[in-house]
Order: sequence, then C-alpha cells, then structure tokens
Amino acid sequence: MGNKTMKLDIKKKPAIEKLGGQRFIVFLVVVALFLFFCALSPNFRKYTTIISILDYSYYITFMAIGVTFPLITGGVDLSIGTGLVCYSLIGGYLITFKGWPMLAGLAVCLVLGIVMGIINGCLIAIMDLPPFLATLCTCMINRGLGSIVVGGFGISWPAKGAPGGWFRDIFKIDIVDKLKLPLGFLWILIIVFIMSYVLNHTKVGRYTLAIGSNKEATRLSGVNVRFYHIIAYAISGLFAGLAAISYSAVFPTIQPGTGAGFELEAIGGAIIGGTSATGGAGSIIGALIGVFVICLLKTGLPFIGLQANWQQIITGLVLLGAVLVDILKKRKKVS
Amino acid sequence: MVKSMGEVILTMKEIDKSFPGVHALDHVNLEVRRGEVHALMGENGAGKSTLMKVLTGIYKKDSGTIIYEGKEVEYHNTKEAQDAGIIIVHQELNMLSHLTVAQNIFIGREFKKGLGIDDKRMNDETEKLFQKLNMDIDPRQLMGNLTVGKQQMCEIAKAISHEAKIIVFDEPSAALTETEIEELFKIIRDLREKGLGIVYISHRMDEIKVITDRITVMRDGTYVGTLITDESTKNDIINMMVGRVIYEEPKTKSAVPEDAPVVLKVDHLNAGKMVQDVSFELHKGEILGFSGLMGAGRTETARALFGADPIESGDIYIEGKKVIIKNPQDAVKNGIGYLSEDRKRYGIVVQKTLTENTTMASMDDYMQGIFIDKKKEREVAQKYVDSLATKTPSVDQLVVNLSGGNQQKVVIAKWLTRNCDILIFDEPTRGIDVGAKNEIYKLINQLAKEGKAIIMISSEMTEILRMSDRIVVMCEGKKTGEIDISEATQENIMNLATRDIG
Repeated sequence: MGNKTMKLDIKKKPAIEKLGGQRFIVFLVVVALFLFFCALSPNFRKYTTIISILDYSYYITFMAIGVTFPLITGGVDLSIGTGLVCYSLIGGYLITFKGWPMLAGLAVCLVLGIVMGIINGCLIAIMDLPPFLATLCTCMINRGLGSIVVGGFGISWPAKGAPGGWFRDIFKIDIVDKLKLPLGFLWILIIVFIMSYVLNHTKVGRYTLAIGSNKEATRLSGVNVRFYHIIAYAISGLFAGLAAISYSAVFPTIQPGTGAGFELEAIGGAIIGGTSATGGAGSIIGALIGVFVICLLKTGLPFIGLQANWQQIITGLVLLGAVLVDILKKRKKVS
Repeated sequence: MVKSMGEVILTMKEIDKSFPGVHALDHVNLEVRRGEVHALMGENGAGKSTLMKVLTGIYKKDSGTIIYEGKEVEYHNTKEAQDAGIIIVHQELNMLSHLTVAQNIFIGREFKKGLGIDDKRMNDETEKLFQKLNMDIDPRQLMGNLTVGKQQMCEIAKAISHEAKIIVFDEPSAALTETEIEELFKIIRDLREKGLGIVYISHRMDEIKVITDRITVMRDGTYVGTLITDESTKNDIINMMVGRVIYEEPKTKSAVPEDAPVVLKVDHLNAGKMVQDVSFELHKGEILGFSGLMGAGRTETARALFGADPIESGDIYIEGKKVIIKNPQDAVKNGIGYLSEDRKRYGIVVQKTLTENTTMASMDDYMQGIFIDKKKEREVAQKYVDSLATKTPSVDQLVVNLSGGNQQKVVIAKWLTRNCDILIFDEPTRGIDVGAKNEIYKLINQLAKEGKAIIMISSEMTEILRMSDRIVVMCEGKKTGEIDISEATQENIMNLATRDIG
C-alpha cells in the first residue's frame, strides 16, 4: 500500500509547476497582452498610459488581495466594492466638511473597513449565513450608507497642493516637472509580499487554508474556527479600506451610488490568479497578476477600438477559462 | 448452493489498468454466474473498486476483455452499463433526502401525465416493487426520514427496477444494524433465487461465509484466485488477501494495574436522544472498549465528551478536577484527542500536507512570534513518521495520497504532538486493510503502555475482545453494562448490546 504513494511521488513535476503553475501562465498572459496592445496602438505605448493603468489597478489589487482570504475559506465578499466607495465618501466628508485631519480621515477608511469585515465575519461564522447572502446584504447597506452620510453629493478629497493633499503623493509623486513616479506600485509589491507571507507562514493563513479545505476537521483539531473565519473577512474589510484610500487618491471625485461591480473585478482577478473558486487554495501573488489581466483588458481594448462592452465580454470569458482550469484540475485529481 | 448456480453471465478477463505511477489492475479476472453471490475481497487498495469502475464504464480499461451475456462489451459511462443491466449499489448512498421514496426510485424516468409528473402512478409502481421484494417501506415517505438501512433497501429496489441482471454491492453492510443486515441478506438470497448475478464487496469475513457462493481475492491490483466459499476457511481467505498468516488471540486479562489512577470520570452525561445518563471511569494506561450496535450512541457520547456536540447536563472530571467542555478547543486544552470514524470528513484535511495535518492541533508550539517555524514543524512531523512507521515518501506529501492506515497514523501523530493524555479512537481500523490494522493495534497498545488513557469505540467484536481491558456496552443511548475483559464473551456483550431497556 505504501508503494503506491511512493510511486506517485516519483512522477516528475512538470516544469510549469516548478515555476508557479497557473500563476506563471497568467503572468505570461499579462506580458503577452501588454506587448499585443503596444504593438497595435502607438498611443498605448506612452508612459502616461502605463501610469494610468497603474492608477487604475491599485484599488482593484487591494480588494483582490483582501478578498482572497474569504475566497480561500470557500466564501466570498461582495461588500467590498460598495464598501470602498462608502468608506471613501465618509472619510472625505469628514475631512472636507468637518475639518478632520487627513490622517484621521485615512484611519476612518481603514476602521470602517475592518468593522464591516467583522460584521460580515460574524454573520457568516457565528450566524451561519451563506457568505453570498450575508455580504450581498452588507453590499446594499454600504451603498445606501455612504450616500446618506454625504447627503447624496459627490465628494472630492483634497487635491494636490491643497492642505492634506500630500496623501495623493503616496501613490503618485512628481519627480521633475512632468515625470510622475508611480510610487503606489511599490507599496503594492511590498504589501503583496507581506500578505503572501501572512498566508503561508502565519497561523491566520494556515487556518484560513485549513477552513477552506475541511472546516469540520479543523474545528475538531481544537482550532477556534469561528475566530479565524471572522479574521478572514476582517482582512477583506481592511483591504477594502486600503482600496478606499487608493481610490480617493487617484480619482478626483467620489460619486455616491457607485462601487457596485468593483468587487467582481477583484474577485475575478483573484480567481484568474489561481485562487480556487471552491476554497482551500489561493495565492496573493496570483491575485496581483490576475488583476493585471483585467486591468490591461479594460484599459487596452479601447485603444484598439473595442468599447467597454467588449472588454466585459472578454473579461468574462477569461474568468470562465480560469474557473474551468480550476475545476478540471480538481477533476483530474479525483480520477 | 453451488449447484443452483447458472451459466456464466459476466467474464472479465485479463483486465489491465494503469494510472500515472500506479498499476491499479494487473491482468485481473472475474467470473460471475447467474444465481450466485460472488464475493470480491482484498485489502483496501487491492483494486476491487477500480475493477468495478472499469466494469461500469467509469474508468476505461487499458487492455483485457469484458464478456457480458455472451457478447464482448465496453461501456463508456454508468448510464450505458445501467441500461444493459449492470448496477452498483454504492457504499455512500446517492439519495435525495428531500424527495419521497418513489420520486427517488424513478428519478430521471418519471411517469408523465400531460405536462406534469404522475406521482400517483410512481407511488403505485413503487408499492408493487416493494411487495415483490418483501420490503416494508412507504413510497410517500421522504427519503431523509428513513434509517440508513431502509435507504439502502430503496437503493436496491431502484437497482432492481432498472431490470438489473448484475448487482454490485460495495460494502453494503458498513452502516447497517444486525437486523438490517439480516433483511439485506434475505433480499440478496431472493435475488439469487431469481437468477441475478451478485457481486458482493465486503471486509466482514462472517458475512462472506454466510451469504456468498464463491470468493475472488485480489491483492495489490493482481488476481490471486477464486475459491468456493463452502470449501474454504477464514484463514485460507485471509492468507490469500495478505499473503501471510495473521492469527490473533483475544485478550484474557486486563493489563492495567489495580492502583492505576482515574484520569477521566464522566458523570451522568446527557446529550440529546443518543446520550442518556452515561457514566464511566477511565484509568491511566487503560484501553476502555465501547461496544454496541450501530446507533447505540457511542460516537455521540465521544463527540459530546470532546465538545463537538453540546452537552445538556452531566459532569466531566479530569484527574479529579471538574472541567467544563463547551467546544473542541476546551477538550483539547484538557488533553483529550478524538480520532473520528470518518477520517476524511472529521480527521484530516486531505488536500494539505502530512506536516500541516500533524501540527494542526498544536500550532502554538511552532510559532516564532507571529510566524510559523516551518523547519521545526517538518522535523516534528518527520519524528512521528519515523516513530509510527508512517509510509510516505516525504512529510510534504498531501495526505490524500496516503492509504487509510497511514492517514490514521497522521491523525494519531496530530494528537501525540499535542501531548493528549486521553485519546478517543472511534472505529480506529475502519477502512484500513488487514495488514495495517495490526500496526494500528500495536500502536494503541503501545500508547496505553506509555500511560495514555484510551477509549476505543468499535463495532467489530473481535477488535473489542482483542484490545480492551474493560468494556462499556451501550444500547439506544444508554449504558447497559460494563464488563472486565476476563469475563467478557461475545455472548454477554451482545446480550447487553441488544438488551431491551423498556
């Protein structure tokens, strides 16, 4: 009986697996897409385009990193998209209308995110609500809440040069006159590294993965499953807060009532990057790469003359492909 | 018996099947006649299920021939096999609990009346079917309300309604009570009378002797041989299965010293219908057997004690001190480890590595600040792989790739790393092949000798008699007796297990 497993293991891992499997393939796709758009559109090749792709990528990347945790537990967090806009509206409102200092406004975004995450976590881990339903409810609540607090008007966080406007430099700093440095991408890389470490080298990560693989066996090992389940959603909330900050920094005005659908791009990115749609496995680096597939499609397709609708269809197809790969992998394992 | 067997209905010849890295079937033969019950035996992983999956088209064979009713056949899916009259009754039941019995039996081929479904006709047809089979089940009853035994009967009825000519039973008795097994056998004999060919996969030797006509034994994916049941002894069969002689004497005397301290005392424990007023004591170094029939409340008692299910009332004392156990965390903190009967669901995380499973219950020992010391983790996992002789190519192996016996060892390692003094083994050798069983027994004995207190729930009488120092017997949620091993016999245990409490 032991021989069987021995033999199985001798089987060589394919070269692609060694390089990171799906993540590596998706990375190649990102490179290919980039070169493709560069080749077809001279406008795309400009530095400003690259900057705007990056600008656009930050908030989706943050959400994708965060939502990877609920996804790994076998759940989902639909509340992050409208949450992002809600926190950004409230934070910006407090700064511009109530005179709160910038730092306090940023903290509000993060705290609101964590609180909403914990609420989601409690609904799911303690009340046993299906994650889809629980976060759909909080998604709607977020959407209304933000509008009510700001009274239905758009909110602009302090502009560059205005008091408190320094926070925009966190993501994009002017070095010389017209040359902007996308500092945000550096933070993203650092945070991806940190969260990757959290996922693979801490108890939080280990138990998040274990819950997604077999929640009951984890519970029966004496693990406080509820606590770690809630933590997964709190992380998702925290990153919705970070996404709110990056969104506020990049875009001039935040409109109430928007945000629905943002979470789908983040979830799509995470899954394209190799996080299992059924839980138990996931990758933060993968989420980052997956988001770039979506961002490149979204910004690149208009350059070659395809409108937004096409971009959605193509993104949908790419996501479908990623989910199919995941399912086929599982099926292969079973047989 | 042999005389009543008819002509050959199915011949599988030189069946060969390989998976990447595994030669699952190596030129295996099987012949089934009309009107015979043919046992297919072998340790876990011997290839029985694979052979049946090749027969019903779930797997494609690499080479060999299947001759069914005189013609060479090859099915591409279970539907094709079903239509031809070859049906498997699986160990795990494929029943929809929210539908009625009749709806389940006719699923996928409902009678129509206009645009709707003719439930009345389905109920009538089901009733007729049950009458023919002497089954007493209401077709209108929801499937979920039936006992596992009755559900299995329905599965069989469904198979027969497909006009099966060959029915494969895959460990049908695993979840049945004694009376249900009796009923099952009655039905199987009936089917044999009607000239069907029956393939019966089981680990239970006594059943094989009672119900089957011939026995085909497989080992490590190869065909070992076919015996006529009446002409062979239990030892013959076991020898063919394992290729070596195993002979085990029951324990006759408790190995626990008289003055061994009480480690665990359970006082008037109540938890739902299945645990009523259960009290017992467990000593250091003792193996306390829990015997009883399926559904006697033994697992439920263990789960309540472990905090997996809520306790309604009663006290638990560990080393004389009263403890409150509300959830598994409390139990683990108090040094209790539980090894479930259903490892895949409750014991291990199959898609994670051996190391991760080993340290699951004791992560705190591997933390350096907030980070996991993966090197230390692997060292400890390796230590237990060595000391428990777990067969695995490396500690990074996914647990799903290990055999049942080795998975069980991983669960044992999980609790040993946690330094649990009280270990509850729930059916420790279920789904584990004969050779590995002995290893698990040795291990449990070893643990007891080292001073661990062990509760061992088992439905196998031989296991209870061989391992226990003392035996608690339960019946219908109540403890009905306690016997020292020196006085225990199959008869007095069975007597307590079936006692009518009134």
